[in-house]
Amino acid sequence: MQSTTQRRTEPDTPPLPPRPSASLRRIPDSDFGYDQARHLLWRAGFGGNSSQIRALSTMGVENAVALLVDPSRSAAPSPVASDRFDANIMQPPTAEEVRRYREAQRTQNEDLIAQFRLRRQQQQRSDRRQVADLQRWWLERMIETPRPLEEKMTLFWHGHFASGYRKVENSYHLFQQNQLFRANATGNFGNLLAGIIRDPAMLGYLDNQLNRRAAPNENLAREIMELFALGEGNYSESDIKEGARALTGYAFQGNDFVFRQNLHDTGSKRLFGRSGNFDGEDFVKIILSQRACSEFIAKKLYEFFVSFVPSDRRDPAYDPIVSVIRQLARTLVQNEYDLAPVLTQLFQSEHFYEQRFIADQIKSPVQLVVGAVRSLNTPVRDLGILNDALTLMGQQLFEPPSVAGWSGGRSWINTSTLFVRQNIMTFLLTGRTPSGYDPLADVERHNASQLLDDLAQVQPGADRDAKQVASYLARFTLGPNPNPDRLRVLHEFVESTGSRVTPDTVTGMLALITAMPEYQLC
Amino acid sequence: MSDLHNSKAWTRRQFLHTGLMMTSATMTIPLFLQRSASAMSMQAAGRRSVPGVPDENVLVVIQLAGGNDGLNTVVPFGDANYYRARPGIAIPEQQVLRLGSDHEVGLHPAMTGLNELYDAGLLSVVQGVGYPNPNRSHFASMDIWQTANTGGVGDGWLGRFFDNQCAGSPEADARMQSGQCGEIGIALGREAPLAMQGRQIKPIAFESPDLFRWVGADLHESLEDGYHDLTGMRAHKEGKPPATNHHAGSNAEFLTRTALDAQVASEKIRSAVARGTGANYPNTGLGRQLAMISAMIHAGLETRVYYATMGGFDTHAGQGGPQGQHANLIRQFSDAVKAFYDDLGATGHDQRVLTMSFSEFGRRVSQNGSNGTDHGTAAPMFLAGPMVRPGLLGNHPSLTDLDNGDLKFNLDFRSVYAGLLQDWLKADDREILKGSFRPARVVSSR
Repeated sequence: MQSTTQRRTEPDTPPLPPRPSASLRRIPDSDFGYDQARHLLWRAGFGGNSSQIRALSTMGVENAVALLVDPSRSAAPSPVASDRFDANIMQPPTAEEVRRYREAQRTQNEDLIAQFRLRRQQQQRSDRRQVADLQRWWLERMIETPRPLEEKMTLFWHGHFASGYRKVENSYHLFQQNQLFRANATGNFGNLLAGIIRDPAMLGYLDNQLNRRAAPNENLAREIMELFALGEGNYSESDIKEGARALTGYAFQGNDFVFRQNLHDTGSKRLFGRSGNFDGEDFVKIILSQRACSEFIAKKLYEFFVSFVPSDRRDPAYDPIVSVIRQLARTLVQNEYDLAPVLTQLFQSEHFYEQRFIADQIKSPVQLVVGAVRSLNTPVRDLGILNDALTLMGQQLFEPPSVAGWSGGRSWINTSTLFVRQNIMTFLLTGRTPSGYDPLADVERHNASQLLDDLAQVQPGADRDAKQVASYLARFTLGPNPNPDRLRVLHEFVESTGSRVTPDTVTGMLALITAMPEYQLC
Repeated sequence: MSDLHNSKAWTRRQFLHTGLMMTSATMTIPLFLQRSASAMSMQAAGRRSVPGVPDENVLVVIQLAGGNDGLNTVVPFGDANYYRARPGIAIPEQQVLRLGSDHEVGLHPAMTGLNELYDAGLLSVVQGVGYPNPNRSHFASMDIWQTANTGGVGDGWLGRFFDNQCAGSPEADARMQSGQCGEIGIALGREAPLAMQGRQIKPIAFESPDLFRWVGADLHESLEDGYHDLTGMRAHKEGKPPATNHHAGSNAEFLTRTALDAQVASEKIRSAVARGTGANYPNTGLGRQLAMISAMIHAGLETRVYYATMGGFDTHAGQGGPQGQHANLIRQFSDAVKAFYDDLGATGHDQRVLTMSFSEFGRRVSQNGSNGTDHGTAAPMFLAGPMVRPGLLGNHPSLTDLDNGDLKFNLDFRSVYAGLLQDWLKADDREILKGSFRPARVVSSR
C-alpha cells in the first residue's frame, strides 16, 4: 500500500478502489459469504481448505470469528512432551570448571585451554542442531494446529518481541520464549510485557544480564520503549535512562529468571513524570498507562492483520485506517489490554472485509508455506527443505534480522526470493526438489481429487468441465475476481493437455496458479 | 614496508605509465570531468574498452569460510618463533615461495598461481588484518566482517553500498529507474551472504543459474508457455505492456513487475553462463563460481559486486604442512584466482575487475595437540587484479608480541573496505561504513 500518486497511471489502469469505510460495526451475516470466510481464514490463520471455507461461510460472522479467537472452541493441540527439547543443552560451566579454566589461562596450559574450547564448541554444535529441530518443530506445529490463530499470534509476538539465536546462543531459551508467546497468544499484552522482562532469551538478547546498578545497560529499556510498546517520539532519553535503572538486576541463571537484589538500583527514579523506587514491574505498569502504548500495539496488530498504513496521507484509505486504529486502541484500553476483544472486533468488522484489503497482503514466507499445505492439502514433504526455503525467502524462525523483527510487506519480495517462492510451491505440489537435494527425496503425490470432490459437491458435474474447474481454483487460491488473463492461461494449459480434467491437470493448473504474481497475496 | 594509508608513497609505478599531468589533474578537476579523465588514463594504460559493456568497476569478493590459517598462507619463514610454535605443520624455508628478496615472508608452496600473479604485479598481500577484541566464533566473527560492525549487527556492508547506489539521490533514483539496480549484486550460493543484504536492495543468489528460474517449467512443456504469459515475458518480448488490470501502486502490480524483472534477469544470467568465455578453469567449487562470474562480466551485466564462497578452512586436526588438507584448500583458491585473471585478461575485462579475499579469522600461532590449529585472530587478505596496488602491504604481525597466544592485528579490515569503497567503487565510505576508517590505499590510482 504505497504512495499511489507518484507512479504515472497508465490510461487503461483502473483507479484505486473507493475510500474504505472506517466502520468497526459487525458485518451483516448476509454479507459474510465464501470470499469473506476465505479472507478471514487467511488473515486470522494460515488459509483454509475449501470445505473449511464453506463451513465458516455458513455459520455467520460471529460464530466464525469466535471459532478462531476462542481457543476452547477447537481441539487442543497435542502438548509438548517435557523431554522434547534438551533443557540443559547449554548448561554453563560449574564454579569448579570456571576456576580450573582461569587457572589454565594463568599458567598458559594450552592443552587444558584447548580442551575447554573443544567442549564449548561441541556444546554449541549440539545447540545449533537443536535450534534447527526447534525450527522444524514450530513449522510443523503451524501446519498441523487446530488453533491457527494461536500459532499466528505466536508468530506475531516473535516478530514483535524479536530475539535471535545468533545472539542468544541458547535454543532452549528460545523454546521457552516461544511457549511464553503461545501461552499469551491471544491473552493479555500487559502479561506478555511483564513476562518479557523476565524472559531469559530476551534478557540475553538485549544485554540485561549486564544491567547493574553500578553500570546500567539501556538496551532493554530502550527497545521496550522504541519497539515493543511506545514507538519513537513517545519517550525521552531520560525515560530510557531511568527505565534502565528500574530494570537493573533482572537477570537469568540457567533457564530461570533471577532477580539480583544486590545489583538492583533501589534509588528513586523519575519515569514519565512520576517518581518512586520503581522496579521492573512498576516500569511495565507505567508503560502500559501511556496513551501511546495502546495506539502502538493497535497499529502493529492492524498492520499484521489488515494492511500497512499508507505512507501518503492523500491516499483515500489513510484517514479511515488511522481512525480504525484509534478505535482499536480504545478497545484495548477498555479491556485492560486483553487481546481477544480487540481481535474479535477487528475480524467481525465491515472495515476488515473492505474490498481494498481482500487479497492485497503479501504473504510472509511462513504464511506462504504453511498456507499452501493447509489450503491445498499438499503433503508436508520434507520439513528440513521447507525450513531451508524459509531461510532463503528471508524468514528464518528464531532468527529475525534484528530486534525490530521482520519488516514484512514488499521487503519479502525480490527477484531471488520470488523464484524460491514459486519453486517451493512446485516442490509441495509435485515433490520436485527446489535445489541441491536428492531429486528422488519425495515422490508422494499431491491429492488433487479432494479439490474436485469439493467442487462437485457445490456444483454437480462442474468437476468435469475444464473452464469451471479453472474458475473455481482461481477463486479458491487467488480470491474473488481473478484476472481474466490469468484464467486464459489456465484454459490454454488445459486445452493443450486435451481438455480432460484429471488430478494431474489440476496439479498442473495449481503449479501455474502458484507461480502467478497474485498467488503471493492473501 | 610501504605505508598503507599514504597514497603518495606508491604512485611511482603508475606515474611512469601515465605521467605527472594526469595524476595531478585528477586531484583538482571537477567531479563531472573525472570520469572522462580516468577513461583517458585507462586508455593511456592500455585498457581496452569493450563496446556495449558497462565501464563501471566490478568487485569480486571471495569468502574463505572456516578461518584460513594465515601463518601457513603467508609464511614468516625468517622467524624462528614460527618454527618453534609449529613443529608438526610449519612450511620449511626452502619450500616457501619468496615474495621478493627483501622480505622474510613468502607464500605457501601450493600457491603457485597467486605467486605468478604477484610476480606480474597483479596481487597485493595485505598483512595482519583484523579488528579490536576479536571474536573466535565462526558465526559471530563472520557477521562482524560482513556487517563491518564489531557487534556484528546491522545490514551488510555491500548491501549498504547497493542501497547507497540505488536510493536517496537523483543519480541513484536514475540508476534504479533504468534497471541498473536489479542485478547490482550477485552471490553464488544458495543463500545470499549477510554482507550483500541491504535494507532496500537485496542481491540475486543462486548456486547454479539453472536454479535461478521457475522449475515448474520442467514438469510439462505447455506449462512453460503459460509461465511466460503470466510473468509478462511473452508480452515483453512482443514489445507490449503486460496485460493485467491491477491498480497502479497496488501490491499486485508490484509483484507483477518483479516477476517480469526476475524472468528477464534469469534469462540474461542463464544465457550469459551458458555462453561462457571458453576459458579453462579448475574443476573445483571456486573454479566453477569464478567461471560463471567471468561469463556474466563478459556478457555485460550491470553487476557491481559478485560474491563467491569456498569453505573447509576450519583445520583443527591434521591440517598438514607443504602437502595435505590445508595445502589442497589453498591450492584450489590460488589456482582458481589465477585462472580467473588469465580469463579476464584474454577477454579484456581484467582492468575493471578487482578481487578481494577474506576469512573470518586466522588461527592461533601454536599448533594444537592434533597437528591442527584452533581459532585465532589476524590474517592476511589478498587483492588481485591489474588495478591493485601490488606487493606486500603492511607489516607481518609479530610472533612474540602476542595477545594470549594470538596475533595482534595491525590493520583494521574496515580500512581495506574504506579504501575499496572510496578508490574502487567510488562510493562514500564513511556513509556506508557508518564511521570513519582511514582508507587503506590498496587500489592503484590513475
